[in-house]
Amino acid sequence: MNQRILLTAQEIDIILHRLACQLLENHLDFSNTVLVGIQPRGIFLAERLANMLQEHYQVSQVSLGALDITFFRDDFRRGDKTLQANTTKINFLVEDKRVVFIDDVLHTGRSIRAALTAIQSFGRPQEIELLTLIDRRFSRHLPIQPNYRGRQVDAINQERVKVLWRENDGKDAVYLVEKV
Amino acid sequence: MSELSVQHLLGIKYLNKQDIQLIFETADHFKEVINRSIKKVPTLRDITIANIFFENSTRTKLSFELAEKRLSADVINFSASQSSVKKGETLVDTVNNILSMKVDMVVMRHPSPGAVIFLSKHVKAAIVNAGDGAHEHPTQALLDSYSIRERLGEVAGKKVVIVGDILHSRVALSNIFALKMQGAQVMVCGPKTLLPKYIDQLGVLVATDLKKALEWCDVANMLRVQNERFDVSYFPSTREYSQQFGLNKAILESLSKEIVVMHPGPINRGVEITSDVADSGQSIILDQVENGVAIRMAVIYLLASKIK
Repeated sequence: MNQRILLTAQEIDIILHRLACQLLENHLDFSNTVLVGIQPRGIFLAERLANMLQEHYQVSQVSLGALDITFFRDDFRRGDKTLQANTTKINFLVEDKRVVFIDDVLHTGRSIRAALTAIQSFGRPQEIELLTLIDRRFSRHLPIQPNYRGRQVDAINQERVKVLWRENDGKDAVYLVEKV
Repeated sequence: MSELSVQHLLGIKYLNKQDIQLIFETADHFKEVINRSIKKVPTLRDITIANIFFENSTRTKLSFELAEKRLSADVINFSASQSSVKKGETLVDTVNNILSMKVDMVVMRHPSPGAVIFLSKHVKAAIVNAGDGAHEHPTQALLDSYSIRERLGEVAGKKVVIVGDILHSRVALSNIFALKMQGAQVMVCGPKTLLPKYIDQLGVLVATDLKKALEWCDVANMLRVQNERFDVSYFPSTREYSQQFGLNKAILESLSKEIVVMHPGPINRGVEITSDVADSGQSIILDQVENGVAIRMAVIYLLASKIK
């Protein structure tokens, strides 16, 4: 398997600080904002940003949730495998809140499409923004773009962007992997 | 393990331990869904399900229908009492006629044991058994185990006594299979006339003294006295049954530990269980009903994802 590194741990850290500052610029004290990590891989980034905002940028309270989109996906029965769900943990109403979806890689946009439907079960948000660490260009199936992006990547369809997180995978890194 | 090993849910005995685990984990997610303010997900919007009931049912039918609707499936209902079955149509013909209207899944209750198995061999659709005679009622057993897991943390190692009419009960048989598979110890208790002769061959303990059985167990599953299935008398009177095998507050309080009380419904209050026990904190009867919807959503979701 051929893979090359796109981002190192240090670069990721710098990018996370920038993203945190950009969020801060638009949301100030986060009193009416909720961060929602998209399961399964978006939650690591969401937790990291929430912690960073509280520890480094003196935000007193950040509401953080995890949204599972399995039952809202549009490819049910279209693959070989049964889609397995993950935990949704949203213990607040999003009614009239400013919601920020957080995911690691934005590729076709279909996950975000599903998330836009899924979040409706928790109320009618005032607005929804999207933050992604990696934005894959030229691969969108839907008219969806991020409001905050860590790094834009040009990758062809035969390639996969792999994001590793310290909490889950032992280290922070982003790789571009050639599919075999 | 990410998918079921079966194409149909015909009975617990066709499942394995991993299947049950997967159903429970999936049901956990659906339980979260049905406690949202908007309780519906669009997953099964391209699936049509027929609920075919050749026998009366309120709870199971409602529970299945609700589960299907919460998953956004299209639902058609069919009761044998108002159909061409009365005109002499065979089971396979009836179901094939329904399937030619492009139905993907059939949920069936039938008075004959094995009717679902027969059907699964002759029609092209995923079949879910909602009770076949005195044979199996798999979703009930799954929701019973799920409710025990929810209340006591796990099923393995727990002692469960099933009290009442074991002879006619599909709930009892499915529960025995499900509980044994998950590593629980099972005892059946009832009047000798309502205990099948070779029931111990299934690896269960047998008792005819309710007090002793309750002292032994962590969970008591009180079955309904199914008067409608009796063509002969199995016990002298309902009053005598309730005195010997009815669960009341006095007997519950005389035990050395607090046990969990279950009932598959509908309850004959004052016969197999008194009102004060049924409505007490030890009873998880209404949790069973709530979990029934989540379990059925999980079963339907997992089976539907195998329809290609």
